[in-house]
Amino acid sequence: MHELLEYGFFRNALWSTLLIGTGCGLVGTYIVARRVVFISGGITHASFGGLGLAYFLGLSPLLGAALFALAAAFSILRLSAGGRFREDSLIGIFWSAGMAMGVLFIYLTPGYAPNLLSYLFGNILTVTASQVWLSLALGAAIVLFFVLFHRPLFYIAFDREYSRTHHVAIEWLETGVTVCMALCIVLCMKLAGIILVISYLTIPPTIAARFRGNFKQQLVLSAAVSCAGSVAGLFASALLDLPSGATIVFCFLLLLAACHAMRRRGKAPR
Amino acid sequence: METILELRGVDAGYDRHLVLRGVHFTLREGDFVGVIGPNGGGKTTLLKVILGLLPPRAGEVIYRFPARSLFGYLPQNSRFDARFPISVEEVVLSGLLSEKGIYKRYTRADRARAREMLEAYGMASCRDRAIGELSGGQVQRVFLCRALVSSPRVLILDEPATYVDNRFEQAFYSLLGELNRRMSIVMVSHDLATVRALAKSVISVSEGQCKKE
Repeated sequence: MHELLEYGFFRNALWSTLLIGTGCGLVGTYIVARRVVFISGGITHASFGGLGLAYFLGLSPLLGAALFALAAAFSILRLSAGGRFREDSLIGIFWSAGMAMGVLFIYLTPGYAPNLLSYLFGNILTVTASQVWLSLALGAAIVLFFVLFHRPLFYIAFDREYSRTHHVAIEWLETGVTVCMALCIVLCMKLAGIILVISYLTIPPTIAARFRGNFKQQLVLSAAVSCAGSVAGLFASALLDLPSGATIVFCFLLLLAACHAMRRRGKAPR
Repeated sequence: METILELRGVDAGYDRHLVLRGVHFTLREGDFVGVIGPNGGGKTTLLKVILGLLPPRAGEVIYRFPARSLFGYLPQNSRFDARFPISVEEVVLSGLLSEKGIYKRYTRADRARAREMLEAYGMASCRDRAIGELSGGQVQRVFLCRALVSSPRVLILDEPATYVDNRFEQAFYSLLGELNRRMSIVMVSHDLATVRALAKSVISVSEGQCKKE
């Protein structure tokens, strides 16, 4: 295991895993509490359209994916809030439209076609040093956001309509969380891939929710579980020569199963 | 009596459906307004416009005081996730959101206010329990504490006796008279006899129109 840490690409992967794991653990807790898990699925798949378009235009794929993720996130939230469209239908439309656009633009790109599988299922060992710095900036921003605003976010997640009667900056906070969610999803693509990103946002918060505790404790526990599962998965994938994204998800599932087993033995109350 | 808020010729609704048409309404200090009317007549929509949750399509809503700290609100159907990790005390503290804003930390004094409120409404023993563990009537009492903890100028009640047992219902209605000495009350209810007995004035909302009884 020590030998692995001597490789620069593995250290990049490890730092990236810890930083994005922390961010996803925090954002995921809000997403699960607000019951908007499938919006994050829609955003993830919509971002593939931006990735394909960026390839076609010769731009940074991550930039294209980030712009599409943000556009999809705000479009789904705005259009469904106005009552003109059903939220689940919008998610389905953005989900399929993004994937279709991505496949078409990558197909139309002349010359070498990038390996789609690395975006669909992730390959953390291709994370570059600049992406680690990007993850550090995003991770720090998300931690700061949740440290400052965890209480109002908690109240919004519990009862949004009641919180709105207080005429405080609810929309501003929701915009902040949406931006965090979209950017987390994009950075998480290298780790878990488009298809498995949703597991980062749902399994660690679900494990944290199995233990009694307030929202703040669940935020911390979810981030810790996310980091622990990702690091375990990363080492397991490198040692057993398995795909990193799928191995990390499998580690999350093992932690969830262990949590259930603890509950059956009466160690965890829920 | 000083005017607190006014609705002038307000049209309001959802999507393509207009629920309120040309509604005029004035609330003054010390008022106790009972709102009655058939289902789907626009009672809850009127409350949402007053609370600023639904912007009017036409007309205007004029607040004589900052809307931020004006209202205590007890909704009709408080649907929430029973597994949500929030204690009874935290629910009551959420009633101070307008006062604290999004940056300020909650102090010991804030917690003491929440505890006093729970004590006053017979819920002190449930303070550390998760809200999802309580019965419907207990939840309604906790939400009343949440509505009152900020000492609002206006208390808005939407079918407040829903889920409340008979014993607490009677105590609650006597309490409203006492609260009305400190704040104005707007109460929506199906129970015409109760509204007539408690409210100083009654308005009927039906087919988008608002009429004084």
